[in-house]
Amino acid sequence: MDDQGKAYWNAVLGLIVKVLAVWFIVSYGCGILFAQALNSIHLGGYPLGFWFAQQGSMYVFVALIFIYAKLMAKIDEKFDVHED
Amino acid sequence: MDLQLMTYIVVGLSFALYIGIAIWARAGSTSEFYVAGGGVHPVLNGMATGADWMSAASFISMAGLIANMGYGGGLFLMGWTGGYVLLAMLLAPYLRKFGKFTVPQFVGDRYYSKGASSVAVLCLLAASVTYIIGQMTGVGVAFSRFLGVSNHVGIFIGMGIVFMYAVFGGMKGITYTQVAQYCVLILAYTIPAIFISMQMTGNPLPQLGLGSEFHGSGVSLLSKLDQVVTDLGFGQYTTMTRLSTLNMFVYTVSLMIGTAGLPHVIVRFFTVPKVKDARASAGWALVFIAILYTTAPGVAAMARLNLHNTVNHAVKSGGDLFAQENQLVFDERPAWMKRWEVTGLLKWQDKNGDGRIQYYNDKSKDPEFQAKVAAAGWAGSELTVNRDIIVLANPEIAFLPNWVIALVAAGGLAAALSTAAGLLLAISAAISHDLLKDMWMPDLSEKGELMAGKIAMACSIVVAGYLGLNPPDFAAGTVAIAFGLAASSIFPALMMGIFSKTMNKQGAIAGMLAGIGVTMFYVFAHKGIFFIKGTGYLVDSLGPNFFLGIEPNAFGAIGAVVNFAVAFAVKNMTPPVPEHIANMVENVRIPRGSKAVDGTHAH
Repeated sequence: MDDQGKAYWNAVLGLIVKVLAVWFIVSYGCGILFAQALNSIHLGGYPLGFWFAQQGSMYVFVALIFIYAKLMAKIDEKFDVHED
Repeated sequence: MDLQLMTYIVVGLSFALYIGIAIWARAGSTSEFYVAGGGVHPVLNGMATGADWMSAASFISMAGLIANMGYGGGLFLMGWTGGYVLLAMLLAPYLRKFGKFTVPQFVGDRYYSKGASSVAVLCLLAASVTYIIGQMTGVGVAFSRFLGVSNHVGIFIGMGIVFMYAVFGGMKGITYTQVAQYCVLILAYTIPAIFISMQMTGNPLPQLGLGSEFHGSGVSLLSKLDQVVTDLGFGQYTTMTRLSTLNMFVYTVSLMIGTAGLPHVIVRFFTVPKVKDARASAGWALVFIAILYTTAPGVAAMARLNLHNTVNHAVKSGGDLFAQENQLVFDERPAWMKRWEVTGLLKWQDKNGDGRIQYYNDKSKDPEFQAKVAAAGWAGSELTVNRDIIVLANPEIAFLPNWVIALVAAGGLAAALSTAAGLLLAISAAISHDLLKDMWMPDLSEKGELMAGKIAMACSIVVAGYLGLNPPDFAAGTVAIAFGLAASSIFPALMMGIFSKTMNKQGAIAGMLAGIGVTMFYVFAHKGIFFIKGTGYLVDSLGPNFFLGIEPNAFGAIGAVVNFAVAFAVKNMTPPVPEHIANMVENVRIPRGSKAVDGTHAH
C-alpha cells in the first residue's frame, strides 16, 4: 500500500476508535458499570444511570452513526477516495 | 362498530396494501430478487431495515420483559440498538463496496475457499432457520389472538401472504412492503403509548413521561414505581440488574455483535446505491428502530404501575397497601381484565378466599415482608399476568377507541411478517446463490437462478410453516441461539476479513468452528444436546451458569472472543494469504470505484 493509502486507513481507524470510545463509555460505562453511582444524580424524574441504560445510550448511538458518516465523508474527500 | 369487524377491516386493508405493493414491485432479475436492484434510497432502506429487524418479539414481548426486569431490561434496549453502530462502522460500508449478493459470498472470496463459504452458509442457515421458527409461531399467535381463528389457520394465512410478496417480489417486493409494514407497526405502537403517557403523567411523549411526575401523587413516576414494587416484595425497579453486572455486560455485548452479524440485517445494506449511502442508511435504520425502542421503557414502567394501581387503591392514595379495603374486589374488576381472562393470559385464583385480588411477590426472601404478608392474611399472589399483555392490552387499559385496538393487531402482524420475509430471503439466497449457483451448478443462467431462488423461497416458506405448526422442543431457546451463532461465528469472520489483511482461510475457518463450537457446548450443557430435555451436562456438578455466572443466552460474546483467539493462533501457524487477496482487502477499504451489486466472482 502506498503512503497515501496508509494515511487514509490510519485516519479511518482513528475515527473508528474515537467513536467506539464514546459508544463504550455511554452504554457499558454509564449504563452498566457506573450506573449505580450515577443513580444518585437525577435528570428530571430519572435516576441518571437508569436513564443511560434505557434512554440516553440509544440517543447517543443514533447521533454517533450520523457524526461518523459525516466525518468519514470528509476523510474520503481529503484523501480523494470518495465516490463520484 | 363491533371490535372484531373493525379488526378484520383494518388487518384486511393492511394486507391489501402489502399485496398491492408486491404486484407493483415484481422482481424481473436476480439483482432485483437478491438486492432490490441496488437502488433503494437510504432513508427508505432504513425504514425497511427497521421493520426487518423488529420482530414479533420486539413488538409484543419486549415491553413486557422490561416491565418484569426493570433496569436489567436495559440490556435488550442497548444490545439491540448498539449493534447498529458496529454495523455502520465495521461492516456495512465495506461489504457494500465488495458488492456481492450474499454474506457467504464475501466469506468465500475473501478467504479464497469454498470451505470457508460452506461454513458461512451453515452458520447462516442455522441462525436464520432458528430465528424464523419463532417468527412463524408469532404469526400464528398474533392471528389467533386478533382474528379469532385457530393457530393453524393463522399460520396458513401468514404463509400465503408472505408467499405472495416474497416469492414474486424478492428483495424488491420485500423492501417496499417492509416500508409500509414499518409505518403500520410504528403507529400501532406509539399511539397507545402516547395516550397512556398522557393519562399517567400529563406528558404526551412516553420518553419524557417516564421521567415526569405521576399524576396527582406529587412524586416522580419512577420513584412511585420503585416504592410500590419494593413494598410488595419485588426488586427495586430502577436498580434491579440481570443476575450480575458482569452477566449484564456480557449479555449486552452478545446482543450487539449478534445484531451486527445477523445476515438478514447485513444484506439490507447491499440494496443502497453507494458506500456512502450504506453508512447513512444504518443511521436511518437506527432512528426508525429507536422510535420504538425509546418508547418501550415508558410503556413498560407505566403499564406495570398501572397494573398495580388497578388492583390496589393504595398505590394512588399513598395509603396502606396491605389494608383490606384497598385491594380490588374481584367482582368489581374492569372489563379489560375480564376480556383477557378468556385468553388465559391473565389468571386470578382466590387463594385466601376473601374475594379480593392480592398481587405481590410471594417468593420474597425478606422475613420482615413475609411477616407483614402473613399478618394481612395473604396466602400467595393471586394474579398471574403474561408479559405479552403489557403491549396487547395497553389500548384497552387506556380505554382507547376500537380502531386503535384493531391497529395494534395489524401492527403485531406487520412486525412478524416483515421479519419472516427478510429471513426467508436470506435463506433462499444462501440456497440458490451460494449453494446452487456457486458450488453445484456454476453454469446456471440468470433466468434459471431467478427461478431457483423463487423455488427455494417457496420451499423455505413451507418448511418454516411446518416448523411453526410443529415447533420443536427448542423453540423457546431459538432466538438466543440465533444471536449466539451470529455473534460467535459470522461477526468475527467478517470483521477480520476487513480489518486484517493477513487473516488466512485456515484461521478464519478454525475460528468460526471454535466460536460456534464453544457457544453450542455451553448452551447444550444447560438446555440439552440439540435441546432434547434431560441430555444437559456439567450443570448438575458445576451448577447453572457455571462459567463466571454467565447465562447461556449471553455466551455468544465469549464464543466471539474464542473465535478471534483461535483464528489468530491458527493463522500464525499456517501459510500466509496470497498477494491478490491482500490487494482485494485494500480495495474493499476505499469507497472509490464502488459499483452495482452483482453475483459474479472476484477470482
